Amino acid sequence: MLQQVFKSPQKKSIFRENIFKEIEDLGISSIGIVAFISFFVGGVVVIQTALNLESGLTPKYLIGYASRESLILEFSPTLISIILAGKVGSFITSSIGTMRVTEQIDALEVMGVNSLNHLVLPKIIANVFFYPFIIIISISLGIFGGWVAGNLTGLISSTDYLIGIRSDFEPFHIHYSLIKTAVFAFVIATIPAYHGFYVKGGAIEVGRASTRAVVWTSIVIIVLNYFLTQMLLGK
Amino acid sequence: MIEVTNLFKEFSGVPVLKGINATFENGKTSLVIGQSGSGKTVLLKCMLGLLSPEKGDICYDNRHYDEMSIKQKRDLRKEIGMVFQGGALFDSSTIEENIMFPLKMFTNKPLGEMRERVNFVLNRVNLENVNNKYPAELSGGMQKRVAIARAIVMNPKYLFCDEPNSGLDPKTATVIDNLIQEITDEYNITTVINSHDMNSVMEIGEKIIFLKDGVKEWEGTSNDIFKTDNKAITDFVYSSNLFKKVREAQIKERS
Repeated sequence: MLQQVFKSPQKKSIFRENIFKEIEDLGISSIGIVAFISFFVGGVVVIQTALNLESGLTPKYLIGYASRESLILEFSPTLISIILAGKVGSFITSSIGTMRVTEQIDALEVMGVNSLNHLVLPKIIANVFFYPFIIIISISLGIFGGWVAGNLTGLISSTDYLIGIRSDFEPFHIHYSLIKTAVFAFVIATIPAYHGFYVKGGAIEVGRASTRAVVWTSIVIIVLNYFLTQMLLGK
Repeated sequence: MIEVTNLFKEFSGVPVLKGINATFENGKTSLVIGQSGSGKTVLLKCMLGLLSPEKGDICYDNRHYDEMSIKQKRDLRKEIGMVFQGGALFDSSTIEENIMFPLKMFTNKPLGEMRERVNFVLNRVNLENVNNKYPAELSGGMQKRVAIARAIVMNPKYLFCDEPNSGLDPKTATVIDNLIQEITDEYNITTVINSHDMNSVMEIGEKIIFLKDGVKEWEGTSNDIFKTDNKAITDFVYSSNLFKKVREAQIKERS
């Protein structure tokens, strides 16, 4: 499958059009839900961290520090990817699967189009290059949500929070986060595309394929998360 | 001319095509008829390369499909137009985008010229003012006509139609049949139609191939079909009450 996917596109102008369409369908349309979730989870992370560090012996700024690290290292790249595996993965499987069962993919093949390349490669490129931006938005909004929650609840002052956010900042953690995101983005595009492309039957089978695709994508993300963390951060 | 020689195809050990031999001549409309499950669609998909046969040969004007590289196969497919049973129109694209797609993909014509060609083929299938509509906004008959327009937009040498009038009322079905026949004559295309509709046989069948359980049971013309004594084909043809009455009238007339 991947061999056909990564062949050179038959018509560059159509390929470019498809990439922009996929960026809109898979990326831009996901910004809203990612922003919403990130903002509120950022708030919850700050509240929970603050409540767990209530002893008074630990400096308050650590709340900001711990929240930033949680958001950069795990929440934004991994949990947002799992959310996107559900939203975008099911969209990819059902759209390609419906094309399969309604013979639209056969129609492409009969015309002489490399259907795998035409349908899947733009999705992979759109995901791999656009998702890092989404994750940066997620990290930023998560940190902002934490600041808002800390202020509203009075658990941490703005000054302490900002000191925490800026203390011991390790730029490699951002790289680690974005590398993970790019790998997960590839998984989110390919596994659902595979399940959609090879679906057989009708509407029920497309639904089942979507569910299977989301489950497998989530499992692969979780497993890869472990290995990538070990590889990139492990000593 | 398309030649099919000794074609075998099976699914999970169950044979579906059992040694089909057939010739589809240039500029003629050939009909492959048979009951549902007789192997018509599988034969068509094997001919189009959408399914790989276990054994046998398919030859397009002395070009053996099996011996072609992937690129040669894709190039051959540019000479093929296909009308799928359900139309297989891209449902997220407008009618104009659907028909223009092969032109955009395989030619470097300017947009104006492509639009002109789209309007020409739409006009050819008697459709107007549908360019900006989506497939879901059209009736079944109109969708079939759009599918025909898309199939002929690249001036194909070979036209395949899988049950082009299934699900259509008799009047619209006749319009579609006649349209395919006209296009075949006009552009000298080799047309292969899968059908189980006896009206199509009467209307456009210059050559008929009858399949039963994956075997070519009979071959002839639309006139021969009413004269043959082959039991399988008479059972198929006269399963309709209308044709049964015609048959009875013929027998009465002869006696």
